[in-house]
Amino acid sequence: MMQTLFDYTTLRLIWWVLLGVLLIGFAVTDGFDMGVGALLPFVAKTDTERRVAINTIGPVWEGNQVWFVLGGGAIFAAWPALYALSFSGFYLAMFLVLFALILRPVGFKYRSKREGAAWRRNWDWALFVGGAVPALIFGVAVGNVLEGVPFHFTDDLRPIYEGTLFGLLNPLALYCGLVSLAMLVMHGAAWLSFKAEGPVADRAAAFGSKAALVTALLFADGGILIWLGAFGGYQVTSPIVWDGPSNPLAKTVALDSAAWVKNFRATPWLAIVPLIGIVAPLLAAVGFSVRRAGLTFLASKLGVACIIATVGLSMFPVILPSSTHPNDSLAVFDASSSHATLRNMLIATVIFLPIVLGYTAWVYKVLWGKVSATTIQNAGSSVY
Amino acid sequence: MTNPLLVELSRLQFALTAMYHFLFVPLTLGLSVLIAMMETVYVMTGRTIWRDMTKFWGLLFGINFALGVATGITMEFEFGMNWAFYSHYVGDIFGAPLAIEGLMAFFLEATFVGLFFFGWDKLSSRAHLAVTWMVALGSNLSALWILIANGWMQNPVGAAFNPDTMRMEVTDFAAVLFNPTAQAKFVHTVSAGYVCGAAFVPGISAFYLLRGRYIELAKRSFVIAAAFGVASALSVIVLGDESGYTITDNQKMKLAAMEAMWKTEPAPASFTVFGIPDMQAHDTRDAIEIPWVMGLIGTRSIDQQIPGIFDLVQKAEGNIRNGLVAYDALQKLKKNHADAAARADFEKTRGDLGYALLLKRYIENPLQATPQQIHDAAWSTVPSVPSIFFTFRFMVVFGFALLAVFLTSLWYTMREAEAPRWLFKLALFAFPLPWLAAELGWFVAEFGRQPWIIDGVLPTFLATSELGVFNLVLTIVGFTAVYGVLAVVECSLMLHAIKRGPDAVTGETISFADFPTITGAGAVAPAE
Repeated sequence: MMQTLFDYTTLRLIWWVLLGVLLIGFAVTDGFDMGVGALLPFVAKTDTERRVAINTIGPVWEGNQVWFVLGGGAIFAAWPALYALSFSGFYLAMFLVLFALILRPVGFKYRSKREGAAWRRNWDWALFVGGAVPALIFGVAVGNVLEGVPFHFTDDLRPIYEGTLFGLLNPLALYCGLVSLAMLVMHGAAWLSFKAEGPVADRAAAFGSKAALVTALLFADGGILIWLGAFGGYQVTSPIVWDGPSNPLAKTVALDSAAWVKNFRATPWLAIVPLIGIVAPLLAAVGFSVRRAGLTFLASKLGVACIIATVGLSMFPVILPSSTHPNDSLAVFDASSSHATLRNMLIATVIFLPIVLGYTAWVYKVLWGKVSATTIQNAGSSVY
Repeated sequence: MTNPLLVELSRLQFALTAMYHFLFVPLTLGLSVLIAMMETVYVMTGRTIWRDMTKFWGLLFGINFALGVATGITMEFEFGMNWAFYSHYVGDIFGAPLAIEGLMAFFLEATFVGLFFFGWDKLSSRAHLAVTWMVALGSNLSALWILIANGWMQNPVGAAFNPDTMRMEVTDFAAVLFNPTAQAKFVHTVSAGYVCGAAFVPGISAFYLLRGRYIELAKRSFVIAAAFGVASALSVIVLGDESGYTITDNQKMKLAAMEAMWKTEPAPASFTVFGIPDMQAHDTRDAIEIPWVMGLIGTRSIDQQIPGIFDLVQKAEGNIRNGLVAYDALQKLKKNHADAAARADFEKTRGDLGYALLLKRYIENPLQATPQQIHDAAWSTVPSVPSIFFTFRFMVVFGFALLAVFLTSLWYTMREAEAPRWLFKLALFAFPLPWLAAELGWFVAEFGRQPWIIDGVLPTFLATSELGVFNLVLTIVGFTAVYGVLAVVECSLMLHAIKRGPDAVTGETISFADFPTITGAGAVAPAE
């Protein structure tokens, strides 16, 4: 049993799943922070309303953001070639994300430390940028991954990226950016209607039901386009050695218009995942209109998770395809860390992730309850 | 070969972002522990002034923490963005501590720091104290893991190059975790962080005491920080991380550069207090030396020899020739993975592969290098001796100066009599010293490691991403602008909070001189 659990193939598959878990963990937690940021100017008009909105995420955004940082670290440790290629390849896009995310911690922390209207308005815009820009860019990045990224390796396995910033802005990528933005706005609205009281929650619900409908529509529409072969995918054409050395130059890959749907054709029950990705946002849309905040937030979480999982499932076993040198694409079986590192990292994850989830749950429990204008006025300077 | 300008810009960007990040990190380390100590006193004695101290210093901690977190995000992704070849080459080893840092430390501090600020009314005092200690523990654990990663860059144990994947892979994870260089660095760096916290608190307390404001709070803060400062400064000096520098040849090179020790001396070597190192003449002019001291510091013994630069360069030349055998075998293995003879040659010499890569600075194919180029490459293993020599000395002087300040502070505050005003002025002036020392220390450790990014394994000039120079210029300007604005904002908020004083967070309108008429916390304070 231990032998099979810890062989190289199994570990690679586990780490592929964990890569998904990390991305979903990030989108489900930090995603609502970004959604709240993007909604801030629209759902909260007065200063008190804005503080209500900000303080719904005030105590938790910091922990949520660690999912992002952990995502970076875990990709570095488990998929070093992916880490090296994606962040150097999407260089300026990554810089924009970092720029936006740097604004966020300081925005939260500093906004309410001073009175001036201009001071607070500027930080509100910073928080808006810190929410909306990463939400958009992450989607654009996923779109480019689906489309294929122009890169190759030298024979020393030095990654060479051949694209430009504007090359990232192709139609499929922009489309995915919109899906991502709509999805996280829905998620942020679900959180606000769950956690805030008064006009902020009302406006959030109104925005949320629209965003949820748009999410379901865009996602379903994108799925149909891919199903019809409007966007090609990449197919590994050489025999796959699942436990071979991680060297991305040892296989062949070809463009194939049906590649991104082949896993769903081969294993039809997997289609439940994209299906939930459509149905859950629709449920959320209903939940917003009948004001069942708890269920709405749950449906929103489920929708976000399934939309992200769909991308992974359709690409498997490819992780990052190269549009100019398809053979150099990164795949589950040739872009991972060594057997020993995957095993060590899994042990660390099995020990620490339950602990993290445990105390995170405890903190959410302590902070349980709604944030309203009265809470803000009574709390004095112990809130943002 | 990679554009040299790109390499220099990538290094500049890393230095800028890392050194800027390292302005906030040490204070987070030190202040988190100091605050947890203050709150412990509150919970043990029930005296509310200690809670007010916790809240006040906690407010300043929060302003600093936000920037530490924000600038830390950059660091986590900068390896992939600017150092793609490095990330691929050593990610198998270097990535693991970074990921575990996130899992074990960042979650801990980030999840509990929210509760530290928001949980005063929601938790019992004991539960809140536990939360505060969790924040301190998380900060300190994150230092441990990042220094395990950095320690491996200085002393790359437990790993070997795998010709099938063209990268370094872990062979002994325990050796990476228990790397003596990392342990030495952890203790030294964390102590330096405590010194920052210990200088920050008395610095601001001294400001209040000189103005006659918040006397009770400031006095107590001054004493506890001075005591903490003595312990931390002693630890930083006694457990200086040069103890880790005798382990490998490259670490020895750094030590020799710090000492500007060109020739190997009979043990125990003398310590050069001052001199003018000359990189061209390979000599140190006007040197003032103290016999024995260097041998004692460097080896903790009187009979072990510390090698000088000349001997180390000669050794490096041997490593390069050996590395060329590995490089040659690797080229054969690339063409034919089944070449058994080449694999056997490679197994024997792969430890020196990195030395052959040094030749790539001079020639595309290292196998065609001339003896002169090999000689030059061997000399390229010497870092800039004058920079290392002087920065090290300034760091040490600041360290001892701080110890003196803390000792003086403790001496006066332990006595019954009123402490003299010059003591407070001294504490105010000593305020920036630990930051200067910490930044210089970072410089000695990282600049002193050059030309290597991973000692003996990968030269820095090969490690970058293949980016356009324009991208680098754009992001350097961008980071400088954003970080510059944030520095101004942070300083103005700190000053604002310090001027407003503890009343703003404790909800008191009376002066602390009127202590102990303190009532419930924060409940009636107007929203700030």
